Amino acid sequence: MSDTLQPLHTPIKRRSFFQYAGATAGATALALAGCSKDSDPAAIVPVSSISLGTGDVGMLNYAYALEQLEAAFYAQVVKTPAADFLSGELAYFTQIATHEAIHRDFLKTAISGAGGSLLPTLTPIFTSINFSSRASVLNAAKTFEDLGVAAYNGAGVLLKSQTYLTIAGQIVSVEARHAALIRDLLSPGSFADDNQVDATGLDKQMTPTDVIAAAQPFITEKLDASSVGK
Amino acid sequence: MNFFQIIDQLAAVDPDVLDRFDSRRAVFSSLGSVAKRSALAATPLFLGALFQKAYAGTTSTPVDVLNYALTLELLEADFYRLFLAAGTLPNATATAAITQIKKHEDAHVALLTRTIQAAGGTPVTGTATTGIRFKPSAFPSTYAGQLRVAQLLEDTGVRAYKGRAAELVGTTLLTTALQIHSVEARHAAHIRLMRGQLPWVNSADDLATDPTYTSGVTGTTSTQVTTAGGAFGIPAYSTASPAESSTVIGTVPLTTGITTAPAVYSAADAAAAFDQVLQPAEVVDASRAGGLLA
Repeated sequence: MSDTLQPLHTPIKRRSFFQYAGATAGATALALAGCSKDSDPAAIVPVSSISLGTGDVGMLNYAYALEQLEAAFYAQVVKTPAADFLSGELAYFTQIATHEAIHRDFLKTAISGAGGSLLPTLTPIFTSINFSSRASVLNAAKTFEDLGVAAYNGAGVLLKSQTYLTIAGQIVSVEARHAALIRDLLSPGSFADDNQVDATGLDKQMTPTDVIAAAQPFITEKLDASSVGK
Repeated sequence: MNFFQIIDQLAAVDPDVLDRFDSRRAVFSSLGSVAKRSALAATPLFLGALFQKAYAGTTSTPVDVLNYALTLELLEADFYRLFLAAGTLPNATATAAITQIKKHEDAHVALLTRTIQAAGGTPVTGTATTGIRFKPSAFPSTYAGQLRVAQLLEDTGVRAYKGRAAELVGTTLLTTALQIHSVEARHAAHIRLMRGQLPWVNSADDLATDPTYTSGVTGTTSTQVTTAGGAFGIPAYSTASPAESSTVIGTVPLTTGITTAPAVYSAADAAAAFDQVLQPAEVVDASRAGGLLA
């Protein structure tokens, strides 16, 4: 299986071309719809946004976007560790950083292997996070991990391939382990507290558009998840 | 790779090949839409899953899947009942954690029971003294022993839900199963921390060689599981699932296949980054959860 990158500026295959042509046509249609007096301005997708794509490849790019974000975050945590980290915490973050990098690189390989158009490398925005503060880092990590768990939980039903579903399951339980650890570091015993697990014993789940909306403040490129899984 | 040619070749030796898929139309319409979008059909991963399912000989229904999940939840809930009653918990923090986990397992039992009934099925049952419950003779006497069993039960649950999620593709039950699955993973992580272990499955774990983290079955297998609290169907067991130490996902070797040298990942990190599935026959085997049923 090739892990060759498919940057957007290289000559694109016929199949890829039609994917992008479709995305552009959709964006154009929405932009035109925006000219109508009755249209909802919120429905306009900026022409500069990057569509994550459709179907299962869209799902893989969606996961790839989230894993890129997590991997970049933890790489920075490990590169500039907070001075007030407690004993053992940097070692945890070092391992989590590697897990997320493996998830990211696996998904990149899987997307290329499936013949899909690969999302470009994203540019994170971490200005709201104070990497020299343990509390700031842990709170950001909690946000990312709980969001990741909810994202994979909500994405499963949109996947068509059983193989990809199983792989998503193999990733999400590791994310849930990360989330539980981060929560316990922030507040011992909060690994699955009542604000995360509801009265019927269920963890959170979110749609791709809601997840990307929550992640967008941390990503420079504007992402469009509206066709993911469709 | 030509999918239709493969089907033709298979049909030459197995006239029933098309009947082995869910339905001829479902397979071809699903494949058609996927192929148009991404040529997934050209990947070995996709075909592998299609044929694995077609030839697994499964006759299980979603109710079977839910009863399997309910069996594990009843076992866990009864285990935590015994744990809280044992009087071994050393402090209020530990008691609060086990109480919180038991609350979730009880909620899962109630939710799955309701869901099976709503689907017109008959839920398996268990109480402290009848049906599906934890085998009293297998309950450890020490706090350390009890935490050890808790870890094995939770990590088994995580592998078990993953092992049947694919059977729920296309049903609304899948999201519910995934939402339970990640709660079990949170439990597993916390129990591991209570034991002084890393929260994720790893080769340095004191239980790394326990059957919970390997795979395969020790006894005979069947497509029907009969418990004291009811019976349900499971897919036929084929080959052993990947062990938790596996570093290959799908067909991709994580240590060498996703980056270029020298930036390679260690086998330990690769294994820890992905949890692995267990098939139902492996979970209900006497070497794992099946051996803990009364």
